[in-house]
Amino acid sequence: MDLTVIWAFIIAFAVFAYVVMDGFDLGIGILFPTFEVGPDRDRAMNSIAPVWDGNETWLVLGGGGLLAAFPLAYAVILPATYPLIIAMLLGLVFRGVAFEYRWRDPDHRQFWDAAFTGGSIVAAMAQGMTLGALLQGIEVVDRSYAGSWFDWLTPYTLLTGLGTVAGYALLGATWLVWKLDGEGQRHARALGRKAAWATLALMGGVSLYNMFLNAEYAERWLSAPEIYLAAPVPILTGLVALALLRSLAVERHSKPFWLTLALFFLGMAGLGFTMWPYVVPPGLTIWDAAAPERSQLFMLVGVAITMPLIIAYTAWAYWVFRGKVGDEGYH
Amino acid sequence: MPEFLDAILLARIQFAFTVSFHFIFPAFSIGLASYLAVLEGLWLKTRKQLYLDLFKYWLKIFAIAFAMGVVSGIVMSYQFGTNWSVFSDKAGPVIGPLMAYEVLTAFFLEAGFLGVMLFGMNKVGKKLHFAATLMVALGTFVSAFWILSVNSWMQTPVGYEMGANGQFLPGPSWWDIVFNPSFPYRLVHTVIAAYLTTAFVVGGVGAWHLLKDRTNAHARKMFSMAMWMAAIVTPIQIFAGDLHGLNTLEHQPQKVMAMEGHFDSHPDGAPLILFGIPNSEEKRVDYAIAIPKASSLILKHDLDAPLAGLDTIPDDEEPPVGIVFWSFRVMVGIGFAMLGIGMWSLFARVRKRLYYWPMLHRAALVMAPSGFVAVIAGWITTEVGRQPYVIYNLLRTADAASPLDAPAVAASLLAFVVVYFAVFGAGVWYILHLMHKPPHTGELGVKRGDKGPIRTAGITPGPTQNPGDADTLPTSRQEAE
Repeated sequence: MDLTVIWAFIIAFAVFAYVVMDGFDLGIGILFPTFEVGPDRDRAMNSIAPVWDGNETWLVLGGGGLLAAFPLAYAVILPATYPLIIAMLLGLVFRGVAFEYRWRDPDHRQFWDAAFTGGSIVAAMAQGMTLGALLQGIEVVDRSYAGSWFDWLTPYTLLTGLGTVAGYALLGATWLVWKLDGEGQRHARALGRKAAWATLALMGGVSLYNMFLNAEYAERWLSAPEIYLAAPVPILTGLVALALLRSLAVERHSKPFWLTLALFFLGMAGLGFTMWPYVVPPGLTIWDAAAPERSQLFMLVGVAITMPLIIAYTAWAYWVFRGKVGDEGYH
Repeated sequence: MPEFLDAILLARIQFAFTVSFHFIFPAFSIGLASYLAVLEGLWLKTRKQLYLDLFKYWLKIFAIAFAMGVVSGIVMSYQFGTNWSVFSDKAGPVIGPLMAYEVLTAFFLEAGFLGVMLFGMNKVGKKLHFAATLMVALGTFVSAFWILSVNSWMQTPVGYEMGANGQFLPGPSWWDIVFNPSFPYRLVHTVIAAYLTTAFVVGGVGAWHLLKDRTNAHARKMFSMAMWMAAIVTPIQIFAGDLHGLNTLEHQPQKVMAMEGHFDSHPDGAPLILFGIPNSEEKRVDYAIAIPKASSLILKHDLDAPLAGLDTIPDDEEPPVGIVFWSFRVMVGIGFAMLGIGMWSLFARVRKRLYYWPMLHRAALVMAPSGFVAVIAGWITTEVGRQPYVIYNLLRTADAASPLDAPAVAASLLAFVVVYFAVFGAGVWYILHLMHKPPHTGELGVKRGDKGPIRTAGITPGPTQNPGDADTLPTSRQEAE
């Protein structure tokens, strides 16, 4: 396997880690207004306060890794989706500071709660639309973005944006089913059911749309022998979806969250299968955009050494704050 | 849109704005993370409540500053691509891996242990908590290491090869790239600057509370610690800055010419221009007050050493002299003012008046934000001084920008300006509010809400509370909020 392929998988892993980990943070932001002001709302935020910063770091790894391993892709995608990226960054600014500010300034807590939700929705929508803009194709001429300002705004990208918002909401709801108890948990479970239906419908919609978006995508999925390789993805997705809906119908704690992760994993696998081997469809393959071997190898050493450590201490941090979020001092 | 505001100038303004705003927070959190580690270490060693109180007092401030640093930092990591895509494509193979190392070895470390540092003292025990604090402090330093390596490579690029597609490719040795000629000097000068910036903030807060109550033991301790830093570290910084300047003279002589205001060459000893108004049109410094031959003495350690001026540089390679000339003087002026405070504090210590000298406290209070000004002025000197190049002598800034139209860049710039002033203005206000409260015995830590730190129970049983937790439970409603 060549280094470029390894790096494609590392970037895909970073993106997946970001999507699921910050996904539930952003999802909680999206669902925040539906929680009543008071203990439930506080606990929803407290359940992610110690980990959101680490979760968000995967976004920096995704961006930094793309710059390092596929500089041309980085240099093309960001100008092509310029307004989306700026909107995402500003959304993340509001979302990030709200964690601290809402406790520091009770008089304006309503405002910072709204900033938390608004920032989360904007960031989620922008990320989903960026994904859509990438999938629908970016025009590149002479190592540079050659499209126009609003190429990223199409019905398809709106669909992928909404799908991402729904998907993050599902992650957030199932995370809260796990971390809350009592009324908060019941509420999260009800939200989870709605978000699950919305996510599945939008996932189906995007998948169908993909078949009409690009002849190469359709051929990839619908012709032999690829179809045998691809078929397990939708079949497994269906099974996971059924299990998820069932787990949300009964009194389960952590299971809906894990099933949602599986759903996201299958979704990402499907997208990877659709795009492969392009990093910027329709013109740039991963090899076209790749950094030279010396760059990739130097970083691979770093990844090989640090990634196991990162995963270990991140897991430890989650372990420290395991269990239900409660009200300390009342027992 | 006015004619002179082209897309490139707007992109430069945007980068200057977002990076200057961003750097304020790391300049503070690099030093503050280390200060917190020192305080917690002293607490574990001496078991004195005072150190724990100070730790918790500054931890609350750190939490806000760190959050602002994180969210403004993510903007930077994407700004290379949004506004400087040609630069990203060309330089990505060389600087990209260094930035990836920053994420892997620094950002994850800081973020991974920050949650435990802020909220975990009752959950992991004192020693593990101290380890988490050390990891956060280490992370801030490692982050500075990599990003300054990147910046230094752009100032003094070595160890690269040119690819057929116009990209800068890494040569056989990454060591040469990472430890490029200006990196060690820039790293030392910047990290010390961050420590001094923090020291003067801590000293200013201590002075403020001493002015209100000179018996406050917490205020005395932080003021004393800060003044030791001022007295000992400022001279080191001036020395390090001098070395950095000599390094710049060797590798980026145009920058030093602009800093010195030397439009003309001086074959037998160049004057040190203390003040004046650089006039780039006429290529002279108006109203100059100068010490003859002193510049040659400082830069060459020889009164009669010849020094070349900007007359030896083609006009289209000249950096904007006025900005560099003035920002350099602001930085140096503040450096010597810091030295003055440090020496004054030593004198006060000898006279046993450190806590009883309101003039000193007022001066320290005035100097509290001076580190930020000096740091930004220093960055303006080095960044404007390397213009018109983004990769020195190799890639012009004008050739590095994204293919964007001016209105798109203008709109995003406007959005950043509005959001940053509102959001970070609020954050700075909250920090000042926390600093305004006097530190006291039984200081509370960072809270995740009104109800205090989370209890662990439920499906996976966690450690139960111990009596030591009592000191972190909110005892008063207003403190928790």
